[in-house]
Amino acid sequence: MTTNLANEGATRVSPLYDPKVRGIAYQVLLGLFILFLIYEATTNAIENLKAAKIASGFGFWTVEAGFDINQKLIEFSSTGGSTYGQAFWVGLLNTLLVAAIGIVFATVFGFIVGIARLSHNWIIAKLSMVYVEVIRNTPLLLQLLFWYNAVLKPLPDPRNSVSLFGMFFLNNRGVVMPNPIPGPHFNWTWYATMLAIVLWIALSYIARKRQAETGKRFPANIIGFALFIILPLIAFLAAGSPLGFEYPKQSRFNLTGGMQIYPEFVALLLGLSFYTAAFIAENVRAGILAVSKGQSEAAHALGLSNGQTLRLIVVPQAMRVIIPPLTSQYLNLTKNSSLAVAIGYPDLVQVFTGTVLNQTGQAVEVIAITMLVYLSISLTTSLLMNIYNRRMALVER
Amino acid sequence: MTIGDNQTPMMNGAYLGSGDLPQRPPPVMSRGAIAWVRENLFSSIPNTIMTLLGIWILWQIVPPTLDFLIFDAVWDGTGRDACLESVRKAPVGACWAFAKVRLGYFFYGQYPIDERWRVDTVWVMGAIGVIWLLWPRVPYKNWGSLYFFLIFPVIAFFLLVGTPTFGLQKVPTNLWGGVLVTLVLSTVGIVFSLPLGVLLALGRRSQLPLIRLFAVIFIEFVRGVPLITVLFMANVMLPLFLPDGWRPDSLLRVLVGIALFAAAYMAEVVRGGLQAIGRGQYEGAQSLGLGYWQMMVLIILPQALKIVIPNIVNTFIGLFKDTTLVSIVGIFDFLKTIEASFVDPRWATPVTRATGYAFAAIFYFIFCWGMSQYSQWMERKLATGHKR
Repeated sequence: MTTNLANEGATRVSPLYDPKVRGIAYQVLLGLFILFLIYEATTNAIENLKAAKIASGFGFWTVEAGFDINQKLIEFSSTGGSTYGQAFWVGLLNTLLVAAIGIVFATVFGFIVGIARLSHNWIIAKLSMVYVEVIRNTPLLLQLLFWYNAVLKPLPDPRNSVSLFGMFFLNNRGVVMPNPIPGPHFNWTWYATMLAIVLWIALSYIARKRQAETGKRFPANIIGFALFIILPLIAFLAAGSPLGFEYPKQSRFNLTGGMQIYPEFVALLLGLSFYTAAFIAENVRAGILAVSKGQSEAAHALGLSNGQTLRLIVVPQAMRVIIPPLTSQYLNLTKNSSLAVAIGYPDLVQVFTGTVLNQTGQAVEVIAITMLVYLSISLTTSLLMNIYNRRMALVER
Repeated sequence: MTIGDNQTPMMNGAYLGSGDLPQRPPPVMSRGAIAWVRENLFSSIPNTIMTLLGIWILWQIVPPTLDFLIFDAVWDGTGRDACLESVRKAPVGACWAFAKVRLGYFFYGQYPIDERWRVDTVWVMGAIGVIWLLWPRVPYKNWGSLYFFLIFPVIAFFLLVGTPTFGLQKVPTNLWGGVLVTLVLSTVGIVFSLPLGVLLALGRRSQLPLIRLFAVIFIEFVRGVPLITVLFMANVMLPLFLPDGWRPDSLLRVLVGIALFAAAYMAEVVRGGLQAIGRGQYEGAQSLGLGYWQMMVLIILPQALKIVIPNIVNTFIGLFKDTTLVSIVGIFDFLKTIEASFVDPRWATPVTRATGYAFAAIFYFIFCWGMSQYSQWMERKLATGHKR
């Protein structure tokens, strides 16, 4: 009787209520809907482009660009026949430049503030709390505009530059500082630096292996750091100190010579660094708080000093918590650098999605390329992050 | 050893005091203000240096800020003369007179002055909805969500856009501006992104491969690109993809971009909540014979969304701050109206810009900080069940 009923139940399910059939139907519907959207969008786009007389495709890449960019890491000029493709590279490099320097600043400052928020010193703790709250609760765009328009713009004109030690000059056109000019054999310093880094990595690898085998510790990082300082210094001195500086000179109306750092770059760097530092500070604080008190108490009970407890017990465990959100903050900083367009720093969005798009009208291609660049940065980082997480994940019983 | 033992040198008097010992000082105070200061600010030399450094930083920041915002500020005036140092013969801080005169523009943009009561009505209605939903004591949350997510947007739409059939004159969106646009963007963002985010999160955890694939691609793609490129896309590319006759309003295009962008972030938040619900809840619902949607709507989502309320509020704070980006594609949000006011020659003074930025910063800070305080309060309230 019961088996009969079960059999009947199994056969009697109407296809309308069969989860499998339904699942397939849902997917087919979604697939058809998306295909329909893509089809509609493409046909409309083709028609609209034809009506606007815009040729689609990437032919514009090699067309000569008729504009100049003030800050460039590679050669680019409107008169020298530079192309839109080169403008893309200039913008991308500028994005990466401000992101890389901003990440360094934000990390250093964020760690300082994050640790300061946990300080026993009441004033320091409250001061960092106020900093974090104010920065996190106001829009980044407002902060960028503030740095650019309210801090850097009112500086005196080049004629009345503020001078620091007669070497750095601050005015409303940015910062002018001595331009380092490497002499002959300066490359040896770079080679020595690279050698030192390789040695440092090898040293810490050997030290870790030895500690795992014999239990003896070896101060690999201190020696590695010493090598990192001393080797390049020796190479530099041995080559006869081949580095000169071109100092900016103050003439009657302007400054000549030296290295010019544009105010747009300074404002973007300050804004991004201070903004991201506040978020990093919160991550750092959360990471340190995540290490339970029992860990440091146990370390003290084993006779480790305060410094040793921090270095060997608390920091390694805190870093496991800190690093994943830290990378996502780095990604945020990189993506936020696109706000450069608001203050005119020639980053990827400003140069490529702004000027190039306006001049060529190739909206689809230009925006697709821009998105692809940011997307590949993001996806690469998350891929690396996943690998790291798998390595660092707590192995539990 | 006892006193009076002859073998000891005690009898020589070497160890015997001849008078009272001097009184010891009282122990260091361990309570009260001075003790607190000693403990927290001057316990060691590095700590003292830090304290002095902190006081120096405060000294550098606080008095000038207060001078600028309050003591040297100009509160009344009708033109730039009021805020010029050369005219006032006194240091001039923030030119609040400028903000005061421009307040209507900052709040409503160029919305016709006679029609501004409509905006005010919408604000009051929105505030009622927000309080209804966010204040735990207020009952009938279901009706509250229905009101906030369905009734309020519809009425607000007809009020703000205008319906000639009800005698409300049409107001084109290019006249909208200021706080109105900022609030419209963020409210529409949350009203559309939350349901969309829930759907995307469910899609990402779905058993059906095609739906999961679509959800993953959408979420990862949107989260991988900056909002500004999404806005450019909505502004420049969207019209290309639509049939010739469709020319969506520029505010609408940006709204679509912001809602889709926020939905991807919301989806990840909701997914976190879904993952926190134990398998037993799913299995229990299924064993009771509930279908997929019954299980989700009646059992899983109410629990999952409750856990992530703080994160939803945090996402909303991010969305609220991100609405400033629309000024880059030419929408007059609050920040843009302030920026636009700087070009007014009647108020061209050295302090106008700083005043405008200070005003904007205070506005955004009050909103965002208030929301973050709410989310922390909610977190404490929700955590009571799990913490000892």
